[in-house]
Amino acid sequence: MGGGGGGVPEELLTAQETALYDRQIRVWGVDAQKRLSKAHVLVCGVNGATIELCKNIVLAGVGSLSLMDDHVVTEDDLNANFLIPPDESIYSGRSRAEVCCESLKDFNPMVRVSVEKGDPSLIDEEFLDKFDIIVLSRTSMKTKLFVNDNCRKSSKHIAFYAIECKGSCGEIFVDLQNHSYVQKHAGEPEPKELTYHSLQEAISVPWKNLPRKTAKLYFAMRVLENYELSQGRSACETSLSDLPAVLALRKNMCDEMSLNESQIPTALLERLVAAGKKEHPPVCAILGGILGQEVIKSISGKGDPIKNFFYFDDTDGKGVMEDIPGPSTN
Amino acid sequence: MASSATASEEAVKAAKVLMVGAGGIGCELLKTLALSGFRDIHIIDLDTIEVSNLNRQFLFRKCHVGQSKAHVARDAVLKFRPNINITSYHANVKDAQFNVEFFKQFNVVLNGLDNLDARRHVNRLCLAAEVPLVESGTTGFLGQVTVHVKGKTECYECQPKPVPKSYPVCTITSTPSKFVHCIVWAKDLLFAKLFGDKNQDNDLNVHSSESGSSKSNVFERNKDEDLDQYARRIYDHVFGYNIELALENEETWKNRRRPNPVYIRDALPEEDSRQNGSSHDCSNEQEEPSAMVSLGFRNPQEIWNLADNSRVLLKALRLFFEKREKEIGNLIFDKDDQLAVEFVTAAANIRASSFGIPLHSLFEAKGVAGNIVHAVATTNAIIAGLIVIEAIKVLQGDYKKYRMTYCLEHPSRKMLLMPVEPFEPNKSCYVCSETPLLLDVNTKTTKLREVIDKIIKGKLGMNLPLVMIGHTLVFEDGDGLEEDEAANYALNLEKVLAELPAPVINGTKLTVEDFQQELSCSINIKHREEFDEEKEPDGMVLSGWSAPVEKQVTSNGGASSSGAPDTDGNPEDISTKPGMKRKLDEILDSKENFDASSTSSAQVVDDDDDDDMVMLDEDPKLAKKKRLQ
Repeated sequence: MGGGGGGVPEELLTAQETALYDRQIRVWGVDAQKRLSKAHVLVCGVNGATIELCKNIVLAGVGSLSLMDDHVVTEDDLNANFLIPPDESIYSGRSRAEVCCESLKDFNPMVRVSVEKGDPSLIDEEFLDKFDIIVLSRTSMKTKLFVNDNCRKSSKHIAFYAIECKGSCGEIFVDLQNHSYVQKHAGEPEPKELTYHSLQEAISVPWKNLPRKTAKLYFAMRVLENYELSQGRSACETSLSDLPAVLALRKNMCDEMSLNESQIPTALLERLVAAGKKEHPPVCAILGGILGQEVIKSISGKGDPIKNFFYFDDTDGKGVMEDIPGPSTN
Repeated sequence: MASSATASEEAVKAAKVLMVGAGGIGCELLKTLALSGFRDIHIIDLDTIEVSNLNRQFLFRKCHVGQSKAHVARDAVLKFRPNINITSYHANVKDAQFNVEFFKQFNVVLNGLDNLDARRHVNRLCLAAEVPLVESGTTGFLGQVTVHVKGKTECYECQPKPVPKSYPVCTITSTPSKFVHCIVWAKDLLFAKLFGDKNQDNDLNVHSSESGSSKSNVFERNKDEDLDQYARRIYDHVFGYNIELALENEETWKNRRRPNPVYIRDALPEEDSRQNGSSHDCSNEQEEPSAMVSLGFRNPQEIWNLADNSRVLLKALRLFFEKREKEIGNLIFDKDDQLAVEFVTAAANIRASSFGIPLHSLFEAKGVAGNIVHAVATTNAIIAGLIVIEAIKVLQGDYKKYRMTYCLEHPSRKMLLMPVEPFEPNKSCYVCSETPLLLDVNTKTTKLREVIDKIIKGKLGMNLPLVMIGHTLVFEDGDGLEEDEAANYALNLEKVLAELPAPVINGTKLTVEDFQQELSCSINIKHREEFDEEKEPDGMVLSGWSAPVEKQVTSNGGASSSGAPDTDGNPEDISTKPGMKRKLDEILDSKENFDASSTSSAQVVDDDDDDDMVMLDEDPKLAKKKRLQ
């Protein structure tokens, strides 16, 4: 209560922020909005799915967004990316991060959007400390494990996400380490705590320990990862001609870990290898939307976050969470 | 696999689609359609761009404020897909140009609307034109996408639709018990009385005993009356005298808390004398007059006390007369009018404090008064993605794969996106079947006009109705009528039902039609003389149609966990998920159980059902419906 002028000026949202963010403050509150405006996000790998994410969090009003992707734009990049104009004179010779950075800046003048040059596989702890949130996409599993490991070593609490869209399927991985948040239960706020597994732990759990209902995509993605690794391919570098070899690998892995091969349908693997680097734009929108909400949840400390995988497949239309335990749980 | 991918690509390339709405969902949808290979997209939107759209309607920039959403969205998408055709219409979808013929040219219609009225209209045109409709809506983190194909799935109106909550007059005028009642009073009675059309009568008492018989309306400003004096007089009348008057009626307060009259001398005792004279406004240069800014209040999230609210009220009233005098008499409350929001917030809070109701901040009050929909970009993006996925299925005619999909805030059976099989058409739906309706009405006292306004337009959602009794046409709406016809219909409007050229009595059957919507239905009349004023405020009752669900939809509260004010008086918000909350409540109930058994443990819940979709069998109302085969 008390006098109207009694607030602490620095802690107030500006009139500009209040007007722009009115509708979303009604969803997540002023506190969450203030926390958002202080968060620094790094996105490595610029593609259809991550661009959807970037759009969402820039609109939401994060403090800053840095893009890392030195790959020079090619025609293939236009497929699911609405930030690259189909005009060679604009994108020719420039990196994905540079071209998209420019467009993203326009979305919200209150957010600092910038380019970080470099290779995600070289990201060290010191560099990571500049950020609160790291998102990786289209990098090798090796790089993901390396960066996830560095996030965990950092004294700072850094949220780690990996997101992949393959054709009409998608996967999101979440590692918030130890995450405290507030859950609204019957209108009453209730403090909660979650402990996450590292990416290494989450992909090395013996399959026979997992429940029968575990998402088929979880297994399929592990087969593809192993295939890319064994062939020295970069992320998503597959085509339909790889199918026989991928099916052979499926058999090996299933035998080794006592899983029935039918848990990883051939049709699913076929769709995934055939998709290669292609992303289905509606699926990018869905994955980027879900991950956007997750980033907002982890920054604001409000609402149940995903633990620790999310899957979407447009053939059944389900968006499913999977809580994959660590290898030692059993 | 490869061949089916090609088939869907071909279907997409060849398709001509209509999008209705270029707002939150519409911007996302247009972008995703363009990226997905659609080449012929038509888009209709009536609105222009506002600042509060920019946090999610990402095709718009600040420099576009005030321009047509449809046109700006078109131009923005053509920048990254210059070789496709987008046709934009800055127009109302209910306009006559968008008739059945217009709808027939499309392969599918995609709705991204924010109101029930337009949704029903589009549903009817899609049924008439036999074009599949993909319908959608979002609120906060919740959303849904549904598919409606004539003869195959239920239509948009087969299930009950929540209607805007209305309140009994006496709750607003005498016995408010919630903050929203105070808002409605402040907005629809006090604000309208002071600044709106003077000829529009409302239920606010304007008579005062003190000033004797010479003066009938205390709201009239005396000649040469000082503005402060006037403001204080109004204050004392509405918050003091009118409450005293209400307190005299002992019967009302037998089982209720008695309100406290509030007078300005009590609310602001120390300022009693020095408020006279001219305004000590130090911010003459501000663009838009604001009582808050003038008084140095900066935080819209702060809850002001009674004294502060009283200051804001007096100041706002004064600013209206000093800075916006020309508009007085024509003002209608608008959530984007800062001074109006300040006035209504302050007045509602003063009334709330009088009735022992918790006070609210300007930010919260604005949400309640403006029926503001909670909206974030992420949910709209997800929903738009799901719409495109359904649209592609519809184009391939693969109706066994159609799904309605719910976007949830809390997972149910591990799902955040939950597909459900569509339902069969409801055989007793008055829109897509031919079942007659029943109207209980007093045929001796009710005028035709009331039936048309409250029932035919209000409940059945007809736009330009025609009413027939047997073969006698008693009313027709729209342009192009002969003068004598129009005069005749105007006369009929003011007649009571029993005295129409073809008398309407117990057992009469009315035929009502809307040519534009190609909708026709029959209403059987039942004469009845007594109606419950509280429960049946219309003085007539329509049955046999999907009766609206008003309050119970939110009573479980689980679905609206955004922490925002509850959705009373928020028609758009509720109507975005017709029938959905009811289902969601069921889902969330099961979720609560699920949570309790596995709280924060790392185990994966192995629910035993197979890999098919969720069936909502736990809901008896829904279980009765047959599903598609």
